[in-house]
Amino acid sequence: MAREDFSDATYLLEVHHPMMAKAARPGQFVIVMSHEHGERIPLTIADYDREDGTITLVIQAVGKSTREMQQSCTVGTSLYGMVGPMGMPSPLGQASKVLCVGGGLGVAPIYPQARGFKENGAYVIAVIGFRTNSLVFWQEKFESCCDEVIVCTDDGSAGIEGRVTEGMKLAISRHADIDECVAIGPPVMMRGAAEVTRPYGIKTMVSLNPVMIDGTGMCGGCRVKVGDQVKFACVDGPDFDGHQVDFDDLMARLGRFSVEEKAAMKRWSESCRMAQQVPETGKPTE
Amino acid sequence: MARKKTIRTIPQERTPVAEQDPGERVKNFAEVSHGYSTEEALLESERCLMCPEQPCVAGCPVSVNIPDFIQRLSDKDYRGAYDVITATNLLPAVCGRVCPQETQCEGVCTVGDTLEPVAVGRLERFIGDMAITAGWASIPYIEPSPFRVGIVGAGPAGMACAADMAKAGCEVTVFEAFHESGGVLRYGIPDFRLPNEVIDAEMGNLEKLGVNFECNTLVGRLFTIEQMIDELGFDTVFIGTGAGYPSMLGVPGDSLNGVLSANELLTRCNLMHAKEFPDYDTPMPPAKRVAVVGAGNTAMDAMRVCLRLGADEVYCVYRRSRAEAPARAEEVHHAEQEGVRFKWLTNPVEVLDDGEGGVGGIRCVQMELGEPDDSGRRRPIPVAGSEHDIDIDLVVVAIGTNANPIIGQTSRLALNKWGYIETDEQLATSMPGVFAGGDIVTGAATVIEAMGAGRKAARRMKHYLGIHDVDTPYFVEGAETLFGIDLRERNFVRVRVPESSV
Ligand SMILES: Cc1cc2nc3c(=O)[nH]c(=O)nc-3n(C[C@H](O)[C@H](O)[C@H](O)COP(=O)(O)OP(=O)(O)OC[C@H]3O[C@@H](n4cnc5c(N)ncnc54)[C@H](O)[C@@H]3O)c2cc1C
Ligand SMILES: Cc1cc2nc3c(=O)[nH]c(=O)nc-3n(C[C@H](O)[C@H](O)[C@H](O)COP(=O)(O)OP(=O)(O)OC[C@H]3O[C@@H](n4cnc5c(N)ncnc54)[C@H](O)[C@@H]3O)c2cc1C
Ligand code: SF4
Ligand code: FES
Repeated sequence: MAREDFSDATYLLEVHHPMMAKAARPGQFVIVMSHEHGERIPLTIADYDREDGTITLVIQAVGKSTREMQQSCTVGTSLYGMVGPMGMPSPLGQASKVLCVGGGLGVAPIYPQARGFKENGAYVIAVIGFRTNSLVFWQEKFESCCDEVIVCTDDGSAGIEGRVTEGMKLAISRHADIDECVAIGPPVMMRGAAEVTRPYGIKTMVSLNPVMIDGTGMCGGCRVKVGDQVKFACVDGPDFDGHQVDFDDLMARLGRFSVEEKAAMKRWSESCRMAQQVPETGKPTE
Repeated sequence: MARKKTIRTIPQERTPVAEQDPGERVKNFAEVSHGYSTEEALLESERCLMCPEQPCVAGCPVSVNIPDFIQRLSDKDYRGAYDVITATNLLPAVCGRVCPQETQCEGVCTVGDTLEPVAVGRLERFIGDMAITAGWASIPYIEPSPFRVGIVGAGPAGMACAADMAKAGCEVTVFEAFHESGGVLRYGIPDFRLPNEVIDAEMGNLEKLGVNFECNTLVGRLFTIEQMIDELGFDTVFIGTGAGYPSMLGVPGDSLNGVLSANELLTRCNLMHAKEFPDYDTPMPPAKRVAVVGAGNTAMDAMRVCLRLGADEVYCVYRRSRAEAPARAEEVHHAEQEGVRFKWLTNPVEVLDDGEGGVGGIRCVQMELGEPDDSGRRRPIPVAGSEHDIDIDLVVVAIGTNANPIIGQTSRLALNKWGYIETDEQLATSMPGVFAGGDIVTGAATVIEAMGAGRKAARRMKHYLGIHDVDTPYFVEGAETLFGIDLRERNFVRVRVPESSV
């Protein structure tokens, strides 16, 4: 396992799993258990290298499990379990001009899609958004596989000022012939992105992140409303038509366990403090 | 023993089994039934009439030679009894606990015509538990064969098939999506009915047969069935992926936060140990007043889990009557003892919102039974104007499951119109060399039927590979030893012949 830290809260893990690297397609995800008592947490495959046999994950430390991994997953360690690739690969169709939109953490998983579209011969415009300049990552990686890259920051400290929706509007004003859009990021952002493209009738795919357990279609916990249908995101998705997704439902369901999550986080930070284990961050390791 | 037993000479009462007190057991996850002591098992074994026509054997989906094992038990030849059972059923301690005996062996038992039938299940469990304690395993001499067999899914169907193929000398690898093997036995059936140690012990016997387990492997996505045959070098493949794709209610309010499938509840609780949260990281939805919809084994398990997690009130909402409830009789009885409130002939029509995205109640209608439907059961029909609300904060849906779509999505296998894998009588699929069985072929059924299917497919797979069963010729009737080794301790380590010499 190799590792790189993008910021205090965001880190990248590169996990050796040759067979998975061979099978992975853009849009798929893995489920990771970092230790035997751990949760099964879904993480999008941000990149894969078939030759080196590695899978790249970019993780934001938001709660107990992801912070714990931030501490425990260092170079040379291994995960208790990682299963995947899961979900349907994104359909990289015949689109000839594509807008790939990634917000915050969504920047990582949009990358393999952008690259996939490029390999299919499309003209690819990437719009990647961050809160501020210091959080920007992978800009060069995008530049190497996209025809245009628009960086947006909330405070204007890098690229254009504003959210990704601003970048999207800019791109659409420059190119009237965009025929597909893919947006990945927090639910609010994906909803915003879908609203930008709706008036233009541009097909917009979003990648949903409901709470999952098994990731194999067995529990129904990941169900989402798309149009008038109920879908299980782990087997029918995670990509769906952004114009059909019921985002209110998704966001309400994401809060299902907020009380327990907060409690777990609190207990965990207290036990860390007791053990005097100050999280080590910002130290890039290779 | 020599004296012929008759219905009048046998003990008239079925030997009762000690159980944890209902008031106590709803506070813990320890096993409800303590199982027979040796004295109790010997007493119960006296009740078997040793009928020449053996209706019980025909009633058993894998034809365990029931009178034979009971006779040996009664003669205190416990190891002999174990060998008789495991000649056909590799999980006696599991099956003794979870089989619906009342509709199988015990349902047709001759004694049952006049008295309570012989407690075949409890006797089977007694022998299975004794084997675990003593560390017995039925491992025959295995003649190596050069074939590689891939099994998809580590549930009862996959396990049974794996065991038979390993005994036929094949190199067997079982691929399982979860991080632990066992299928429904592990993630579905709770500890108080089937403790994990029992699954571990009986599964451990498979490892002794030389079966390899590859957990965390989602077949279809990591590699396809086609690739298993074409690239990974498996000569034949068995698919036993089960039917765990839960149906939701399909009524308004279905996606509220307090509505979840029984599979989700049970997986969180059993596989992910949410009952031990925060020691384990997976949380459980809070539940004080719960309605479980459905009345199968899954529903009973969900209700009893909720009680143990501290719910004050648990309702069972079922649209038919008690007589039609598909659960094992013992489970309904146990749930009643533990204080589940049954609402028979009641159907949910809407889940009510609490105003904060959670569940505030469930609206139901009363049903009455009409004419029999296709399943032969009387069709429930709603009674006009009978709407009423039950005040609850969690709805657990246990109204059945559908075929898991992953294998279908990723292979060219022919499926039937419900998405289950299509097979012929002998469980061969549309793809040469690929076989399937268990819930993924029949739809949700039972542990023993899944095991029966796994064994049936194994027979066909051996035939496909041109292997003759090697078990039998080495079983010399009456012989105590084989090559100087005690037959009772046939724990031969498997010998693998290098490929070049085959
Ligand atoms: C398909 C998919 C892809 C994802 N890809 C990434 C990724 O590439 N990088 C990344 O950092 N995060 C990703 N996530 C989200 C990530 O799984 C959650 O952040 C993580 O599970 C949080 O766990 P925690 O214990 O640290 O936080 P918690 O305190 O438990 O939860 C924080 C928030 O995360 C969400 N969450 C909690 N548990 C789960 C769960 N089992 N499944 C999904 N969401 C959950 C909830 O909305 C919760 O409010 C993805 C989620 C899905 C479903
Ligand atoms: C809660 C509950 C209680 C029950 N109680 C009883 C009872 O008391 N008595 C009884 O006889 N029956 C009972 N049943 C039914 C019984 O458990 C099932 O009929 C039986 O387990 C089916 O066995 P199977 O091997 O076909 O499938 P399963 O047991 O479902 O096993 C399938 C396995 O395959 C794995 N898998 C699925 N897809 C893939 C994939 N793509 N790649 C790799 N692995 C995969 C799954 O993770 C699982 O481990 C109960 C079922 C439930 C849900
Ligand atoms: S039917 Fe009952 S009495 Fe007859 S052999 Fe079977 S278990 Fe014994
Ligand atoms: S995560 Fe369980 S069905 Fe999707």
